[in-house]
Amino acid sequence: MELEALKYIGVGLSSVAMLGAALGVGNIFGALLNGMARNPEVKSEMMRSALIGAALAEAMGLFAFLIALLLIFAV
Amino acid sequence: MINPLDQFKVTNIVSFDLGIIKFVFTNAAFTLVLSYIAVLLLSNVSTLRLSIIPGKSQVLAESFYNMLADLLCATAGSKAMRFLPLIMTLFIFIAANNVLGVVPFLFSTTSHFSVTFSLSILVFIIVLITGFVRNGWKYLNVLLPSGTPWFFAPLMFIIEFFAYMARPISLAVRLAANMIAGHVVIKVLASFVLLSGFFGFLPFMLLTILSAFEILIAILQAYIFTVLTCTYLSEAYNLH
Repeated sequence: MELEALKYIGVGLSSVAMLGAALGVGNIFGALLNGMARNPEVKSEMMRSALIGAALAEAMGLFAFLIALLLIFAV
Repeated sequence: MINPLDQFKVTNIVSFDLGIIKFVFTNAAFTLVLSYIAVLLLSNVSTLRLSIIPGKSQVLAESFYNMLADLLCATAGSKAMRFLPLIMTLFIFIAANNVLGVVPFLFSTTSHFSVTFSLSILVFIIVLITGFVRNGWKYLNVLLPSGTPWFFAPLMFIIEFFAYMARPISLAVRLAANMIAGHVVIKVLASFVLLSGFFGFLPFMLLTILSAFEILIAILQAYIFTVLTCTYLSEAYNLH
């Protein structure tokens, strides 16, 4: 197989990491809705923690995206 | 195919040679100056006529201040309030540059690792100095989670040390990667609009929604940067 083709296969494989990021962010906001339905009074505090958690989870997917971009355009 | 990463190129707007010194004004410098002027105008105009019953612009400035003061007080305690100028500067600088990056034909400075790394290393050094000045050698307790069995302590120490050293890297890469990803997605979708001819209005609608989402992300990332700075400061003040 040519090396060029292997590069694009690697790009496709690295985009699988988006699945993990999506699952993580979905989990966090699902739990946030659950918590808000149970106890609406602590909404603002939970919102802050949820946003931090979502950013941390999303960052992992973005790192993979960055590596995919580097593979396509920089390598 | 036009490379969607071309938008992050630093180009010269004005450059003239003075023999010894070469003066270059790039688009990155232009956006930085523009964000500086915007923040300066906004903060000066909003505090021009102070009154007990605040007007619209004064409410804007006060709500920014209240939000960040509450955030810092809730995460790091009231003793850390002396770092409020740092927190406000970080938030306003990052938010202004992120939002200006969404404006067409302007350069997004926070998508460059040189900008975000200088911010995150500044935060890292400030937190390190604060921690050691306030706690002395006890600050190394941060590297040992409470309740670790003694036979795990050396291993945990090494692991936590590397996690601690990775903080400025993850802080910088998160901000820059978010900005790069958002801008690249917008440009790729814009190329769909051009390629699909008559049916171009379909991706155009998506593009509009995505641009609004991009503004939300711009504010959110600035907020997350400041929240993480606050939690690091809280560790320096309260040790866990």
